[in-house]
Amino acid sequence: MKKLLKYLRDYKKETVLGPLFKLLEASFELFIPLVVASIIDNGIPAGDKAHVLKMCAVLAALALIGLASSLTAQYFAAKASVGFSCKIRHALFAHIQSLSHTELDEIGTSTLITRMTGDINQVQTGVNLTLRLLLRSPFVVFGAMIMAFTVDFQSALIFAAAIPLLAAVVFFIMLVCIPLYKRVQNHLDKVLGITRENLAGSRVIRAFCKEIEETEKFNEENNVLCETQKFVGRISALMNPLTFAIINFAIIALIFTGAVRVNAGNLTQGSVVALYNYMSQILVELIKLANLIINITKSIACGNRIQAVLEIAPSVNDGKGEAPLTRDIAVEFRGVSLKYKNSAENSLTDISFTAKHGETIGVIGGTGSGKTSLISLIPRFYDASCGEVLVDGVNVKNYSQDVLRKKIAVVPQKAVLFKGTIRDNMRWGNENASDDRITEAITLAQGSDIIAKKEAGLDSQIEQGGKNLSGGQRQRLTIARALVKKAEILILDDSSSALDFATDAALRRSIKNLNPPPCVFIVSQRASSIMHADKIIVLDDGIVCGIGTHDSLLKDCEIYREIYSSQFKSEVE
Amino acid sequence: MADSQKHTLRTVLKYIRKYMPQIGVSILLAGITVAMTLYIPVLIGRAIDFIIGEGLVNFWGVIPILYMVGIITALTALLQWIMGIINNRVAYNIVRDIRNDAFRKIEALPLKFIDSHSYGEIISRVIADVDQFSDGLLMGFTQLFTGVVTILGTLFFMFSINAGIAVSVVVLTPLSLLAARFIASKTYSMFKKQSEVRGEQTAFIDEIVGNQKVVKAFSYENRAIEKFDDINNRLEKYSLRAIFFSSITNPSTRFINSLVYACVALLGAFSVISGKITVGGLSCFLSYANQYTKPFNEISGVVTELQNALACAARIFELINEPSEAPDAPAALAEAQGKINIQNVYFSYTPEKKLIENFNFEAFPGQKIAIVGPTGCGKTTLINLLMRFYDVNSGAICIDGTDIREVTRKSLRQNFGMVLQETYLIDGTVMENIAIGKPDATLEEITAAAKAAHAHSFIKRLPNGYDTHISESDSGLSQGEKQLLCISRIMLCLPPMLILDEATSSIDTRTEMKIQDAFKTLMKGRTSFIVAHRLSTIRDADVILVMRDGNVIEQGSHSELLSKKGFYYELYNSQFAD
Repeated sequence: MKKLLKYLRDYKKETVLGPLFKLLEASFELFIPLVVASIIDNGIPAGDKAHVLKMCAVLAALALIGLASSLTAQYFAAKASVGFSCKIRHALFAHIQSLSHTELDEIGTSTLITRMTGDINQVQTGVNLTLRLLLRSPFVVFGAMIMAFTVDFQSALIFAAAIPLLAAVVFFIMLVCIPLYKRVQNHLDKVLGITRENLAGSRVIRAFCKEIEETEKFNEENNVLCETQKFVGRISALMNPLTFAIINFAIIALIFTGAVRVNAGNLTQGSVVALYNYMSQILVELIKLANLIINITKSIACGNRIQAVLEIAPSVNDGKGEAPLTRDIAVEFRGVSLKYKNSAENSLTDISFTAKHGETIGVIGGTGSGKTSLISLIPRFYDASCGEVLVDGVNVKNYSQDVLRKKIAVVPQKAVLFKGTIRDNMRWGNENASDDRITEAITLAQGSDIIAKKEAGLDSQIEQGGKNLSGGQRQRLTIARALVKKAEILILDDSSSALDFATDAALRRSIKNLNPPPCVFIVSQRASSIMHADKIIVLDDGIVCGIGTHDSLLKDCEIYREIYSSQFKSEVE
Repeated sequence: MADSQKHTLRTVLKYIRKYMPQIGVSILLAGITVAMTLYIPVLIGRAIDFIIGEGLVNFWGVIPILYMVGIITALTALLQWIMGIINNRVAYNIVRDIRNDAFRKIEALPLKFIDSHSYGEIISRVIADVDQFSDGLLMGFTQLFTGVVTILGTLFFMFSINAGIAVSVVVLTPLSLLAARFIASKTYSMFKKQSEVRGEQTAFIDEIVGNQKVVKAFSYENRAIEKFDDINNRLEKYSLRAIFFSSITNPSTRFINSLVYACVALLGAFSVISGKITVGGLSCFLSYANQYTKPFNEISGVVTELQNALACAARIFELINEPSEAPDAPAALAEAQGKINIQNVYFSYTPEKKLIENFNFEAFPGQKIAIVGPTGCGKTTLINLLMRFYDVNSGAICIDGTDIREVTRKSLRQNFGMVLQETYLIDGTVMENIAIGKPDATLEEITAAAKAAHAHSFIKRLPNGYDTHISESDSGLSQGEKQLLCISRIMLCLPPMLILDEATSSIDTRTEMKIQDAFKTLMKGRTSFIVAHRLSTIRDADVILVMRDGNVIEQGSHSELLSKKGFYYELYNSQFAD
């Protein structure tokens, strides 16, 4: 949390002035019992109505000054906390943009989204409340005690005893409850988990007639949650009665001492009333303070989680920015191995091959054989743990990431589009792409019918995630998006799975006819998608078990033969 | 109050009724504790009246009063605690009851409802809305009740001390309420604006961070930051306003309360001078003037809170009152032979969009029926109808001559073994996951099933073998491995009819070949429906149904369909084209 405070630096004035004005307000509040005491001691016995009137005017004036300083304080606190959280949000978002795939895998998307939204909001509330109340409440509590000492030393000793006792009770209950609330949260998560499971798996659960068992499981977990909540409730319900009792017993002591001291002539009746009022003020503030501390604890926890994300350094950093060397070989792997973080075994082992400009490279292999890992190394989504990946003759680590990724267009497995017009989406590949260029790319990707069907053409709105398009339409548009880029290297990662065979074939034909011809990588499970490639890389468990053309592999590579025959039975038999 | 709100309220009362005795006790305790809390300042005031000045203190008057205060305090504290416990218990039990009902409903809802609502939305009803409802109910209820009692009690005590001052307090305090109401109405629009922009920002974050890898692939980072900053700056502006204006409520009401306090001090002091009340009475009044305004502020908050609670309750009850699936017919379907008749079936998910129309088909026991066609052509719909996840609009589906609507869903579904495109694992061990359809299976049976599905070898490699804990979200298994587990489930139950929807789509073709062999054995003598993209896997089917836009456009064996040179011919040949 500490390191986040630097984002408050621009709000120094506000962070100092906010609490200061709050203290001002509180100190005016502390004068009120004294004014009332003066009315009782000086105005009433003498029947001095002018004095009473004057004192009441003072009360009203105190209220007005209190209002003014409190409003000022609220404004500064709001400004500082909102500004602070917006700065953190910007910093965190920018930081997430800089992270590479390894970190994204490790942290997870949902975590990042929670950090960006819920956690930052909680921090904002925490800062706001801290600026407003953290100083105020203790100030009023201790201020009341000090004021009591100025009224009467002996009576004030009761305050000195009651306040620590109250604090002990409040903090003890909080200390016990906070971990218990965490347990409640855990149980709630479980209840939520079962609910989600039963929605996502509704077909399976019904197909296997598991409804009754699942309901029983839910009821049981729900009951545990309920019992835990009641248990915490019993403890936290102690807070009000205990503080109430302590304050009232302190008041009893106060009145009794007051009676003795007044009888002895050491104290006036008005002072007793003043002391009584101070005691009442303490209770209110102490409860506020307890709530505040719960809030701050939560905020600090959120702040720490945000800081933890900010402290993660991206593992992929820009190189020096070397100029490309060769113009002949587009991509070369030299003894490349890849081991993902937190995984025990290599995902790729000792891969070497070259791919020339204009060539089409097919990558094929079973589930989990490392196909996607292999192509992820070319745009440097991950760094090879061993060996070198070269693009245009230069190690990818020596490029600046921007330059490298401009050379490469990727069509990911999952067809994702973004909220906005089709044109906006197509311009992801090239900010300044003209409509002609976009239409051309969409036609190449066999998607002209998608545009033709829409009245607004390129201006048609796409909803978040491309929900208003079918899987096949989405996939063709993501291919078009990559083609808009006109990159030297084009990577299609199993990106025709939702296309029927005819469309798939037409797509491959049109890519082949691109001018200038890019170096194309096609990853697929379908032998038909890659069998006409200039070079086919057959992967098995992260190891290359064959590189060559379709014909040579059919002859030499056992695994390729198996894959092929599993899909084209009769031709081999 | 609108009718729908009344209706919601009635449903709420239904849940509360069970706890009426406890609520009655709680109300009684609240009344007692509030009265006693209010009585204490009166007693203290009397005690102060005995403390007049030097040598004039009446200890015999003060001490019994202090004893009394002590006893009342102890009693009040105890009763307060008991009341708190009862309130907690009632609120949490009601939450539990509602959640149980909601969950039972989820298990009984037609799949149509689940398919057409996002999970997040339903979950938020079961979790967040129920929580908010109980918070609102508990807080709202206790605050409303104690607030009203406090106000009435305070009025009573004030009027019993001095009517004049009491009237002035009664007249002045609503001012703070008005101020609060005024500010709230002004801030509402700012909050709305804030939540709009916040929603926009969350959607943007969700989209960009959720697809961060695509963002990187297209070097879109800086453009994303620019767009983000634009939203962020707008949010800063609106948040500042919303937060500042909402935070002026407290100081403003506090200010008005202070003014009331000053008035009471003034009037009170004059009354003391003219001998109408005592100094103790004044002190008591001042302490009431502080307390009296508090419940008003709370009540104005309570009203919004209760309204919010009602809104939440309405959303939950909407779910709970959603019609369940049509009730089961009592008869059970016996172990089926596997003859399936589809007669004049019409079906569509929404009336506007026609899908399956006048579909007729007959499958004989042991036949292998393949369904092919482009994405979205209605292949999955057919399975939804066979499993009775959805009911046909008209026409009938019969198994062994019995309409499937005339038997229990359970008995129908037990006759089908189903492996779907999207796999689903339950939260439990690998063994539990395989044995889902046959919980009493022995380890040998389970292992045999896993071996038949070629899942045994990877299961053995898991940290705890068959006892490894897995769940849908956190399994560490690849999509293909999950699918093998789902196939193992079917291998274990061996039901008389099979539905395999893209069952091997995520499995590499070599493993698939092996599984196909296992399937072949499995399908022998069983009526099977197979949905597949890879046409090579279904060439030996007895009947191939070629679907397009919800209709079966061609039907026949592989060679028949090829010689027809129709849509199937086109589809089949496209996989070899280049």
